[in-house]
Amino acid sequence: MRLFASLRSLATALFHRSQVNAEMEEELRSHIQHRADDLQRSGISRAEAERHARIEFGGYVKYKEQSHEALGGNLLETILQDLRIAFRKLRKSPNFTVVAVSTLALGIGANAVVFGVMNALILRPLDLPDAKNLYMIERGQGSQESSPMQSFPDYRDLRDRNRSFNGLIAYDIETAGLDTGGNPSAVWLYEASGNYFDVLGIQPHLGRFFHSSDERGPNSAPYIVLSYANWQSHFNSDRGAVGRTVQLNKHPYTILGVAPPGFRGTELYFNPDFWVPMVDQEQVAGASGLEDRAARSTWLVGRLKPGVTAAQAESDLDSIAAYMGKAYPKEDGQARFSLVRPGLLGNMLGRPVRAFVSGLMVLAALILLAACANLGSLFAARAADRTKETALRLALGSTRQRILRQMLTEAVLISIAGGAVGVLASLTLLRWLSAWQPLSNMPINVPVNPDLTVYAVALLLALASGLLFGIVPVRQVLRANPYQIVKSGSTGPAGRRFSARDLLLVLQISVCAVLVTSSLVAVRGMARSLGSNFGFQPQGAVLASTDLDMAGYSGDRLTVMQRRAIDTLETLPGVTAVGLIDRLPLSMEWDEEAVFKDNASDLRVSNEAAEPEMQAVSPGYLRAAGTALLAGRNFTWHDDSKSPRVAIVNQEFARELFGSEGAAIGGYFKKQDGRRFQVVGIVEDGKYKTITEAPEPAAFLPILQSPSSSTWLVVRSNRDPQQVAAATRSALRGLDEAIPFTIQTWDRHLDSALFASRVATASLGVLGGLGAMLAVTGIFGMASYSVSKRLRELGIRIALGAQRKEVLSAALGRAFRLLAFGSAAGLILGIAATRVLAYIVYQATPRDPLVLAGVVMTMLLLGLLATSIPAYRALKADPLMLLREE
Amino acid sequence: MADQAQLLPGTLDLLILRAASLGPLHGYGILLHIEQISGNTLLIEQGALYPGLFRLVRQGLLKANWGTSENNRRAKFYELTTTGRKRLREETDNWNRLVAAIASALAMRPEEI
Repeated sequence: MRLFASLRSLATALFHRSQVNAEMEEELRSHIQHRADDLQRSGISRAEAERHARIEFGGYVKYKEQSHEALGGNLLETILQDLRIAFRKLRKSPNFTVVAVSTLALGIGANAVVFGVMNALILRPLDLPDAKNLYMIERGQGSQESSPMQSFPDYRDLRDRNRSFNGLIAYDIETAGLDTGGNPSAVWLYEASGNYFDVLGIQPHLGRFFHSSDERGPNSAPYIVLSYANWQSHFNSDRGAVGRTVQLNKHPYTILGVAPPGFRGTELYFNPDFWVPMVDQEQVAGASGLEDRAARSTWLVGRLKPGVTAAQAESDLDSIAAYMGKAYPKEDGQARFSLVRPGLLGNMLGRPVRAFVSGLMVLAALILLAACANLGSLFAARAADRTKETALRLALGSTRQRILRQMLTEAVLISIAGGAVGVLASLTLLRWLSAWQPLSNMPINVPVNPDLTVYAVALLLALASGLLFGIVPVRQVLRANPYQIVKSGSTGPAGRRFSARDLLLVLQISVCAVLVTSSLVAVRGMARSLGSNFGFQPQGAVLASTDLDMAGYSGDRLTVMQRRAIDTLETLPGVTAVGLIDRLPLSMEWDEEAVFKDNASDLRVSNEAAEPEMQAVSPGYLRAAGTALLAGRNFTWHDDSKSPRVAIVNQEFARELFGSEGAAIGGYFKKQDGRRFQVVGIVEDGKYKTITEAPEPAAFLPILQSPSSSTWLVVRSNRDPQQVAAATRSALRGLDEAIPFTIQTWDRHLDSALFASRVATASLGVLGGLGAMLAVTGIFGMASYSVSKRLRELGIRIALGAQRKEVLSAALGRAFRLLAFGSAAGLILGIAATRVLAYIVYQATPRDPLVLAGVVMTMLLLGLLATSIPAYRALKADPLMLLREE
Repeated sequence: MADQAQLLPGTLDLLILRAASLGPLHGYGILLHIEQISGNTLLIEQGALYPGLFRLVRQGLLKANWGTSENNRRAKFYELTTTGRKRLREETDNWNRLVAAIASALAMRPEEI
């Protein structure tokens, strides 16, 4: 209603205005006619009389304008008029408009994308009711190394003894085999404590959720709650799905209900297929760690009671930790707890993600700053070009206020257009990012759909930057002396040593140099980490992965099946080696276990000698994976449960436990349960968790001595990997149709390990590219402007016999000096800034001669690229043509 | 041109009010009256009259009505409102005081100062 009313008043204002205007016209014309009547009576012709009358009347338009102002000047009308003029002017100079709008669009677009990601990952709380009261409980406090992993018995203690939380939930992510009728497939799910949905405050879309009351001991609650997306895609949104029984790892489970749309659980990046109660862990994960206080594989999230602060809750948890330390000194001797933001595995993912995204935000802000500096010099150059016009308007009686208002109107128009283009582009990118599934073997995906905040921030940024740099030339206008300018045709005494425009250009170039430096550092770090030794050879190997408990294998049947699979694959044509490992390096699943020196008697975690990655392998693994055995012997199938326990360790392990590689062979180490292992071989170091990690200790155990249902088969061959993959698939299917295998080449699989570094490198590379583009446009603008200003002078110089070198240095010397100055400043800043990058990018060091040379070369090339066209124009200056023009 | 004087700022409004006090006049008529009463010694561009007229109407000192002029042309006629009449009296008094003060100041001989 209000909108309608305001529209109507706008209409009457406009209508009224035109009526007033018509009356005014009539009155002024009537005046001129009356005067002409008088003049005619004095004896001259009517036409002559009217001409005189008009001259005597004076500036008709000016007085009409002043009369309007005297009537109270309609603000809306002036704004509309300013807008019309601004539109017309911008249309008349399409080059300026396109360059200005696209510069701003680049800056705003980059910021909107990065802010959209930051908003989704950092600023916005989890999409759950009253999410600000939800905290993840991490182990470790202050300077202690913290981890979100907790054991289930510890969870029970924390849940039952705390006085600060309304509810405490436990969950983890697990993969399992689901069979809804003849189609076994691997699925990803949350194992959740019974109170999960109740504490989060979620209502089911269909059916019901499971509750604490459903938990009556191990495997007592064979229920599934489907995610909405899975219900849509796998059950065709069939309401009859609720109540159906499906086979989960060969156990009958009942579908209880469907979660509401949009609910994806408690981790931001994970898109689960469904939820199952944690009490079924034995059936779902193959083994239950629910009673093992040392098995830390669960994550805890709690909802604070109203009025309880995080600090109060932490001290409450500390008193429980003190109790736990006394009751279970071996496992919980040093336990401390802290509350952190949920959603990104606590600080484990959260800290690097927050650091990286904030870093990106800073770089994006720099892009915007560079874009604004560019805009500033564009506007300043435009105002300088229009000095004459401005002077003329001032001389004709326009007010400075009016001229400034029109300039600002232009700036606002540009900023709105630039902002709109930028936001549209970023929308596309954010949509694409939201739908992106970066990993082929896990349903990882981060919805970063923009909300109102993103739009508002983008619009505000656009307006602020447009206005801020649209007023750069204000001083020029305020100082303009119409008399001087119209007389001499120039802006007055030129040759000030350093103008605001130069300063803006230096600022812009140094910002761009910072961006180029950081992106080169990132790219170089990425190249290094790709070239570094992984400790295995992914090329030419095919992986087949599964968890045999999905098909109901356990105990002796498990190892028999694994042995059969290896034997079968070895007979495939072209296959040179087949190996088996329970946790493949760089595949996001790892197991660190404390180990102790052989002479240690007090086996507390605090006395550990090292915490190596532990993996169980078959005798053929080292050869199939291409891991070099440096000393000692490989495992054989005789290293089984009846023979002495042995291990193969890597170089780092040997150094940490035995002091040197030589001393390790034949030496012993212990696990926390007291079992002794003899080192029989040493292999090269490799990468286990991430490619950016420092050398980590690792130990390999014979699969027959530490059986595991988790199975990665590495098939090395000298044939085309696709053929081998197909042959592997049919061979494995021939063994047991019920085992869901995932088959892919090792190279493809590594994508997930390289994912973080690739994303970091790509985003830094893109920002660096944007910076380079802005540098080019900035230098180009400045150089071509100064050439066009001095074209006549250059022509005269050429006519007087100046050499090409002199002409060039006269035309572009200043641009290059500014470029050199800005690049040097940017390089120094960039070197300082890339220390931050070292946290994300492997071996990111700016003190790398290649990077330094790269930055200098890049800036030089950009400078050459940007000045080549103006330089060509300067050299082509034709003295005859130019002198004739004026 | 030498015998014509530039108008002091603000005085045009006073002259307009004075002219309009002689009865309903259109813009051109007001102009003629100003020229007449000032003995053609004041230099104003004819169009400059109108912003002043509109300002006075907006301030409520003048009111305007369309009518037909002696030349049989449509024209807008201006006359004083009551507040306009009051304002004219005040301004005239002010002006006279100012002129008297300036004149006596200028008439002083150096020894009197």
